[in-house]
Amino acid sequence: MKVRILISPRPGILDPEGSAVAQALSELGYTEVTEVRAGRVIRLELDADDPEQARLRAVEMCEKLLANPVIEIYEIEIEH
Amino acid sequence: MSSVAQIVTPKQGAEADVRPRVGIVVFPGSNDDRDMASALAGLGAEVEMVWHRDRTLPEGLTGVAIPGGFSYGDYLRAGAMARFSPVMRQVEARAATGLPVLGVCNGFQILCESGLLPGALVPNRDRRFVCRDVWVRVEDPGRFDAGLSPGRELEIPIKHARGAYMIDLKRPARVALRYAGPNPNGSNDAIAGVVSEAGNVLGLMPHPEHAVDPLLGSTDGAPLLRAFLAGCRGDGTEA
Repeated sequence: MKVRILISPRPGILDPEGSAVAQALSELGYTEVTEVRAGRVIRLELDADDPEQARLRAVEMCEKLLANPVIEIYEIEIEH
Repeated sequence: MSSVAQIVTPKQGAEADVRPRVGIVVFPGSNDDRDMASALAGLGAEVEMVWHRDRTLPEGLTGVAIPGGFSYGDYLRAGAMARFSPVMRQVEARAATGLPVLGVCNGFQILCESGLLPGALVPNRDRRFVCRDVWVRVEDPGRFDAGLSPGRELEIPIKHARGAYMIDLKRPARVALRYAGPNPNGSNDAIAGVVSEAGNVLGLMPHPEHAVDPLLGSTDGAPLLRAFLAGCRGDGTEA
């Protein structure tokens, strides 16, 4: 099963990469962009019987290692 | 009564009789480990290097120092992988029973990731690696306050790309050090270092181990490291 994990800075946490990208987009004329937050994507392939089991394992991985809940939020997408 | 008090000789007689014994944890990518060893040894400590894969800490340690560097290449987040090293399990267990622990720069990031200190460190506000001397003001260094009165200002170098300390300001940490001049990295409330609630774990971004010799521009790191070693000997207000 394929799992996609999107990790981004928690609202209010400093995101220098996001603000650099926001500035660059604005200089390119994309003035409609009001906010940019830059994070990372982690793709996993794992053996799981059903999507729910895969999701639970991915949550555990995020809490333990992949994300730091003090500064980051994460979303988990299961690709069927 | 802390476990440290059980390990070291009781406080009497000359201080020199009670040499603190500090383990310095070395990870793949640590690069300030030898500077830390040389600085602490120069201030009278016995030091022992401890490899990150070791499953036990050497006998008789009275303190642990986690040096700066780029453990595991800073992959994922600085300190995120180092915290799962076998030796860190030992450090966590011993810190919980009062063993003094010092983390500098990457060591601070590792202590935050492991939950021994609150908060976390993110990339600098100005997106640059900052390497320069900064002034920091001593506030509440917990157990490591021997000879360090609150309000004292010290000039110590920083060198980091991910040194902006983030903390939930509604649940403030014990702030050991704050930047006294302009905030070099955008940390919350200009925090440069914090100490654990119990006062025995200290983490900071500035590098006191690089400021112990006049040849290198400042000796202001020495009082901080001396206070750490005093804490390792069982001296200090909260020891």
